[in-house]
Amino acid sequence: MSLYKEGSRAIKGVTGPLLFVSNIKCGGYGEIVSIETDTSTLMGQILQVEGDLCVIQVFEDTMGLNPESTTVWLERDVMKISLSPALKGRILNGRGEPIDGKGPIIYEELKLPIQGLPLNPVKRSSPNAYIETGISSIDLMNTLVRGQKLPIFSGAGLPANELATQIVKQARVPGSKGQFLPIFAAVGITAREAQYFINFFNDTGTIHNGIFFINLASDSAVERILTPRLALTAAEYFAFFLGYDVLVVITDMLYYCEALREISAVRDEVPGRRGYPGYMYSDLASIFERAGCVRSGRGSVTQIPIITMPGDDMTHPVVDLSGYITEGQIVLDRGLNDRNIYPPINVLPSLSRLMNKGIGRGKTVEEHRSLADQLYASYARAKEVERLRLIVGEDGLTEEEKFFLRFGEMFEEKFLNQGDEYRDIKESMEIAWDCLSILPKEALYKLSEDIIVKKLSGRERKTS
Amino acid sequence: MDREGVIRGIAGPVITAESKVSTRLYEVVKVGNERLLGEVIRIRGPFVDVQVYEDTNGLRVGEPVFFSGELLSVELGPGILGSVLDGIGRPLDRMGDEGDIFLRKGFEAPTVPRDRKWKFIPLMERGQKYFPGDIYGVMLDVGGLEHYLMIPPLERPGTIAWIAEEGEYGAGDSLFSSTDGLTLQCLQKWNVRVPRPFKGRLPFNEPLITGQRIIDTLFPVALGGASVVPGGFGTGKTVTQQSLAKWCNADIIIYIGCGERGNEMTEVLEEFPHLKDPRTGNPLMNRMILIANTSNMPVAAREASIYLGMTLAEYFRDMGKNVAIMADSTSRWAEALREISGRLEEMPGEEGYPAYLSSRLSQYYERAGRVKVLGSRERVGSITVINAVSPPGGDFSEPVTQASLRLSGAFWALDKSLAQQRHFPSINWNLSYTLYERSLSDYFKRELGEDWNMLTLWLRELLESEKRLQELVQIVGRDALEDLDRWKLHLAWLIKSFYLQQNAFDDKDAFCPPKKQKMLLEFFREIDDRVTKKIRDGALFSQIHRISLPLWLERMKGLEVEKMETKKREYIAELEEELSSLEVIQS
Repeated sequence: MSLYKEGSRAIKGVTGPLLFVSNIKCGGYGEIVSIETDTSTLMGQILQVEGDLCVIQVFEDTMGLNPESTTVWLERDVMKISLSPALKGRILNGRGEPIDGKGPIIYEELKLPIQGLPLNPVKRSSPNAYIETGISSIDLMNTLVRGQKLPIFSGAGLPANELATQIVKQARVPGSKGQFLPIFAAVGITAREAQYFINFFNDTGTIHNGIFFINLASDSAVERILTPRLALTAAEYFAFFLGYDVLVVITDMLYYCEALREISAVRDEVPGRRGYPGYMYSDLASIFERAGCVRSGRGSVTQIPIITMPGDDMTHPVVDLSGYITEGQIVLDRGLNDRNIYPPINVLPSLSRLMNKGIGRGKTVEEHRSLADQLYASYARAKEVERLRLIVGEDGLTEEEKFFLRFGEMFEEKFLNQGDEYRDIKESMEIAWDCLSILPKEALYKLSEDIIVKKLSGRERKTS
Repeated sequence: MDREGVIRGIAGPVITAESKVSTRLYEVVKVGNERLLGEVIRIRGPFVDVQVYEDTNGLRVGEPVFFSGELLSVELGPGILGSVLDGIGRPLDRMGDEGDIFLRKGFEAPTVPRDRKWKFIPLMERGQKYFPGDIYGVMLDVGGLEHYLMIPPLERPGTIAWIAEEGEYGAGDSLFSSTDGLTLQCLQKWNVRVPRPFKGRLPFNEPLITGQRIIDTLFPVALGGASVVPGGFGTGKTVTQQSLAKWCNADIIIYIGCGERGNEMTEVLEEFPHLKDPRTGNPLMNRMILIANTSNMPVAAREASIYLGMTLAEYFRDMGKNVAIMADSTSRWAEALREISGRLEEMPGEEGYPAYLSSRLSQYYERAGRVKVLGSRERVGSITVINAVSPPGGDFSEPVTQASLRLSGAFWALDKSLAQQRHFPSINWNLSYTLYERSLSDYFKRELGEDWNMLTLWLRELLESEKRLQELVQIVGRDALEDLDRWKLHLAWLIKSFYLQQNAFDDKDAFCPPKKQKMLLEFFREIDDRVTKKIRDGALFSQIHRISLPLWLERMKGLEVEKMETKKREYIAELEEELSSLEVIQS
């Protein structure tokens, strides 16, 4: 560490979170600076360098900053986070400073840049271990796999947070001895939501073996750029250095993207769709891609980001781009929620791309795939018949179609609607078979003859 | 090194350097103390803008920049088949130690391995005259694959002074020298942005057989043609492309994972070495080169990756092979272009993409084709392009999809609503098209018989009338339809479920050879003929509906081609029996 610090007082301008500083020799791209004002010391990062002029984004509020009496000190290093097992059980703010009153984290094993390095695709191993979440519509139809990145697409007022906490509480890899560590990154959520999470984790005891990064809606927007990266650097450390199975929940990525847009707008960049910057895809990828398993190690990083769809619009750029990067999505549905069905997961647009790797013989049951396919096909048909009913009326439907209607109702009431109950895969499947037993055998064309006989004979046809 | 400059500005992946020496556009540059690889993309007086192929975090103003004097090029030679390269040709599988799971910056490794030797067999002899493109020898690559060694395209004709004897040689060993001083090793270099020359283009006359029923039957692509696969997320672009990579009948597959998921690359790497090529019996990986620039890898290298892939494709084409090149996805490449353009503060065109988007795209697509390659002996090679596009929000009117459409001849539109019904491949038969049908009709006539065109026409008409009938049902309800139309709707449903859908994860169904496609179509057609006749004779659709057609079709699909004919006759006989037993109420 050098004994002196280089600094500059030549501040040419301030707009929102940006500071324009000249007279900086050899400014480094992405390096951290500290900004000493009359009253406090702020933290910033160099965004662009042109000769001796630097554009600096400030992570805290720049209100009241006086260019005349401010000094910018160069730290000569990129943003890093101190890592050690002592992080476990701590609550930190969006910049990685403890806020739980337990004092500073003294022990440091190593420091890693929060930007992270991309995983070498050759050194990855395919995620293939089934995670049981205890939620039927996920386990049976959109299976979560260890090392996957599976976002929850939610809408304003839909219970995404409840679902996320339920997954954190219940998720387990059957038969695995690996240590499990939840990491929670709150990005721009309200104090009320934060309180819900803290209470929940306190009640379940998760607070002692998880790590929590909290950036509230009232905190600086620029800080939101850091929070997910801090959480993921910690996740990579615990996973790939210490061998934990880490589950990272990030809520809410929409606010992250809004912060990105805010900075981009101040920098006068050419806006892309809906004002979001053109590089948002690469930026989001640098977060979402930090999940996976590696060949050489035991650990894994699984990600469940929550993304609010503004106006329930799945083509909104943030949702759309995320969908291109993540390995599937769990979509919450307002219609189901209005009918008090919890969790209100609409299985038709939901998808888990890695599902096939985590299910089947030796993992769950052999007929898992075909059962899920059958449920999809039948439920899609049921929804189609429902629409048809609006046109032709109940009387215009054939007998077969009426069976589908009843199947649809039972599927939503019994299979989807499970409340807080934990169902293991066997229980979920039982309910699925019950639902399918409504349908005539000829409609079960995705299932093999043997399975139909084995599972459905003797089962009372629930035609009521 | 005297060709040096100094970094003056940094903005994301673009840096500005000041240099006193003259530089060339697209010259390769080593940037900073870490020697990050970059390329000159703009020159303004003493200032040059460089796009850097690696993460620029931590780079400082004042650090040196070294100009190499060369343009971005790739090494060509044996040992590259089966490997995984990054966007600028560095082998990812030979990078770092076993425990190094992350990609380091500033890493250098040759594309063609230096620690290996291959068996060389000379095919020409001393004193013989040679021309550019001539094959002077062959090296045996993995799995005994013949790797032809050619006189580089830009050399002058000459006479052989010496050629190495049969034996084992490495990348650096001389194999050939001419009377005017040309010496050759098995290693060649080629500038990735420059197309390799050929003698002339040839008309399309053969399809790329993909084994995917909907593609081969309805929307075939010609060898040397280009097709576009656009689709929103979750529509199965990647699965479709991977199925093609697995089963299509090209000799060499170049698969560019351009801005996509890391796990998808891993999946290919884990799966392909265990899959056998249905034609040669070799592991599929041996005919493949993977280029991986996953979405979190540096954006500038994404721009270069498709040119790298195309150059590799051309190299194998020049040997006289049929190459298929797949990029997943063009949209990410275009976005990389947009990001760099934004950093250069260029005037944006449509949706922020640079105005040169479509001309850059055509530089890529136009390198495809079926050609007569260089060399004194006649050889024909081809490059078929299959490009995925990821339109934002699944909207096909966006610039990348539109620009790609203009440049390609087949369009396989992936449909979100089909995907949600789990109908895969989710290629929409109403939106998709192919322009190669006419040039391929002779081939299909020869291979599958005169009646093939009739069958596909029948299928097209059926699907077309289904669309019309569905619209009608929306208005008047299904009961108002005539029995014949209700049968047509049902038949269309059967075709969609058992012909157009194909399960990529089912061993028996993943690949369906053309002969089998024809057999299945004939089966459908024969069922239709008989049922239609019966309905005309007064049978009701509700009576027909009870016949277990789905079961028969499912079983037929699982059979091998040889067994299908007998089984088909059995089923048709059964059908005739059932039909004749129906009680027809004559009105």
